[in-house]
Amino acid sequence: MDEFALLGKPVRNVQLLGHVTGETEFVDDLSFPGMLWIKAMRSPIPRGRIKKIDTSKAERVPGVVKIVTAKDVPNNYHVNMAALGIGPPDEPVLPDNEVNYKGEAICLVVAKDEETAAKAAQLVDVELEELPPVLDMEEALRPDAPVIKPWGLNAHIFGSGLDGATPRGGQGRPYFLVKRGDVDRAFESADYVVEGSYLVPPIEHAPIEPHICVARPEPGGRLTIYTATQAPYFVRDNVAAILNIPPSRVRVVSPSVGGGFGGKVDPEFEMQVAVAAMAVGRPVKWRWTREEEFTVSTVRPAVKIEFKDAITRDGVIIGRRARLLHDSGAYTRTSPYGVIKAVFNLSGPYYIPNVYYQGYCVYTNKQPSSAMRGYGVFEVSYAVELQMERDARTVGMDSLEFRFKNAYRNGQVSASGKVIEDAYIIETMREAAALASYPLPPHLLSMSSWG
Amino acid sequence: MVKLRGRGVAAICYPTGMNLGGDPSQTVIVAQPDGRFIVNVASVEMGQGLKTALAQIAAEAIGVSVEDVEVRFGDTETAPHDTGTFASRTTHRMGNAIIAAGQEIRRILLDVASKILEVRPEDLEVREGRIQVRGVPDRSISVKEVVAQAQFTYNTPVVGKGHYVKPKSPVDPETGEADPHSTMAHGCTIVDVEVDTETGAVTVLNVYSVYEVGRVVNPRLVEGQVIGGVVMGMGAALTETVYPKYPLIDNQATSFREYVLPTAGDIPNIRYKLIESPTPTGPYGAKGVGEMVVNSIAPAIVNAVYDAIGVQITDLPLTPEKVLKALEQKKRGQL
Amino acid sequence: MRIRFVLDGYEVEADVKLTDTLFRVLKDRLGVRSVHFGCGEGSCGACIVLVDGKPRYSCLTLAASVDGKKVTTAAGLRVDGEIAEIQRAFVEHNAAQCGYCTPGMILVAKALLDQNQNPTDEEIYEALAGNLCRCTGYVPIVEAIKSLARR
Repeated sequence: MDEFALLGKPVRNVQLLGHVTGETEFVDDLSFPGMLWIKAMRSPIPRGRIKKIDTSKAERVPGVVKIVTAKDVPNNYHVNMAALGIGPPDEPVLPDNEVNYKGEAICLVVAKDEETAAKAAQLVDVELEELPPVLDMEEALRPDAPVIKPWGLNAHIFGSGLDGATPRGGQGRPYFLVKRGDVDRAFESADYVVEGSYLVPPIEHAPIEPHICVARPEPGGRLTIYTATQAPYFVRDNVAAILNIPPSRVRVVSPSVGGGFGGKVDPEFEMQVAVAAMAVGRPVKWRWTREEEFTVSTVRPAVKIEFKDAITRDGVIIGRRARLLHDSGAYTRTSPYGVIKAVFNLSGPYYIPNVYYQGYCVYTNKQPSSAMRGYGVFEVSYAVELQMERDARTVGMDSLEFRFKNAYRNGQVSASGKVIEDAYIIETMREAAALASYPLPPHLLSMSSWG
Repeated sequence: MVKLRGRGVAAICYPTGMNLGGDPSQTVIVAQPDGRFIVNVASVEMGQGLKTALAQIAAEAIGVSVEDVEVRFGDTETAPHDTGTFASRTTHRMGNAIIAAGQEIRRILLDVASKILEVRPEDLEVREGRIQVRGVPDRSISVKEVVAQAQFTYNTPVVGKGHYVKPKSPVDPETGEADPHSTMAHGCTIVDVEVDTETGAVTVLNVYSVYEVGRVVNPRLVEGQVIGGVVMGMGAALTETVYPKYPLIDNQATSFREYVLPTAGDIPNIRYKLIESPTPTGPYGAKGVGEMVVNSIAPAIVNAVYDAIGVQITDLPLTPEKVLKALEQKKRGQL
Repeated sequence: MRIRFVLDGYEVEADVKLTDTLFRVLKDRLGVRSVHFGCGEGSCGACIVLVDGKPRYSCLTLAASVDGKKVTTAAGLRVDGEIAEIQRAFVEHNAAQCGYCTPGMILVAKALLDQNQNPTDEEIYEALAGNLCRCTGYVPIVEAIKSLARR
């Protein structure tokens, strides 16, 4: 292994000294002369129509500089992943006629300090006409459900050019489909049919550093955004799009981030901070509270997966049907991408020649979901491994033996039609069994990913 | 008070890079007059250690020590486009880009050194911060000296650029046929739990994990991911949700008092091993690691509880209430 | 009111309202880097400082209450320019990743070892129960502390 000078070496993390002395710089360490602070007035209800926003009392609070609403946003509607071909632009920077999740920011108060901004935010009067929220994914998909999206369905349409994957001008369906082989025939010839339904609820990344951002207008119509982000260029592109300025006029700087885990991939609030900065012409800072982290920031999507496996007497899975519901929350963000990634992985590290997998991206009146560590596959691995357990017990086979038996091998073709070339699950399971002193019979120990 | 023990398994694979590809990474490496190299990336350091790991890859590619390389990250002013730091893509995509940039730097260094030493570039090698004639160690010159001479004598900027993208795969809208990923990494976790049948509490006793990661860039950094992943996975399995009444939004968690994260005293005995099956698509064979290490934990815990109590609870998290309810239903023969 | 206290070895002065938290004064008024905002309600420990040697959540401490006292952060532990033993142990054991929880962890660890040179595992877990880390999984932090406890 000494073919490398540095690869594989336990080089000390260069940031450690800064971390233990508190010298590492995070966004919250940034402060500029004349800087103002932002607080949001947020919707108390999950769905409603905005009838009136009365900011007069809030404006009179000493130290309040401006209240920013939808009319201050040059190009209000956007979708975070436009650069990846995902649409449509269903999310406003600040809502102009309706709110779609509890906690959605209706307007921003820009003031001399956090306390003043928070006090003024509570004095903003918003008249909302409450509408019945759509919360359950199965109910959202029913034909009689209230519809919360302008295209008439509480589901993303795949195949019409807005999922970032399938070509434009396609048929368009409310689900993404992966199919291979003849799944009906597999079920006809199965000795066992095993069903299961699994649910992962929304989980929060909870990095110890919350969302914090400072935006500073620069000479020449330029803007610098200092933010704890995992994707500076996403921030740049989105901010430029909603401000209607060329991206090269926006500089994004991410110092060390205090934990991301996927929760700082979406530009969630940088657009709002940018609008505020341009509106007041001064540096502005927004430090989210931990409550905003839990109730407003993106979460891991809730995902419900139903499996139906066709298994032979000797424990080989010859067919699988799967139906996956992915709770996008109120807006699109990255969800179609997450659904597609999930559906591609519904076979797990196993070879199943006949499959029919459907994945729905469902909209509900909850805080938008997006990437979290293991996006699209965390939920799938969870469901697949529980289903494998159910399958193994039905067949009466040991948990690991069942997995060895069905493990994919090099040369086989995956559900997406890709020839597998890097299979290594058999060897990985064998090593794990050895580590855990889990005895394996010789016929499993001699299996390999190559035939 | 009966405590039941159980063992559970989870075997997983996880793709490296953005689904379907089309996620480019670029870098520019600029030599400084003092002979150090600044690697500019728009990737973001968030604790995973890319400031260190990417420096190792750059130093390896150029042929200098890691102390002479610094990765500066996250600034669109100085770093060219990178899609973002997610999808376990950075080591792979940015690593490949850095190798390309490092190789360009190496070519420039060898070219300039060949002029200084009056030999052909093919007769030179870069090793540990020095450029020497192959087989003739005392005919050598430091990289620092070459960089200085390149800039001040030979009018040659020592700048390397690199770029990597897995071209975006088309998708057949009828069948979903596509090439979704560059490579798959693998993992298998075996967990031992103890379930308290009186309180419903689940204690994770042992976690044994093996992860196949292509090629280990820095074992200390990967260890950090593995252990952190165990704890994040435990939280997901046992306590974490923002909507305890999902899909209703009632009693939504608003603070760490309601959203329970594991603390130091909750950590089980963790044993792990890293194995390698290098991918031809990755930098020196490396695959992505940072996400996979969470995915194998929760299912292994839930399968272990299944083994312990004979009931498979299917909805996360496995709160004591759910465990007690499952035990009750089993006792009443409802399952 | 005007308060005066010693911060990491230096005398500082600040004009504070009675309701100002110590965190607010340290971070937003004095620009102290080595305290971090994590929750603002004493659950995560990222804001922890030592007040006369005792760990306190600065987000729950009134600034006025440290008038005349000694406040220490992780930035104030160097002795003759050298980092403290606990800091060196964290570095050697790779006990940080993003670094956001680290200053608070360091101080709690130091306070524990100052008061109990040979803590049991349970005592270490107890001491760390008020510090959340989302990155490391705690193992290297505990090992760093144990490495000093064995002496």
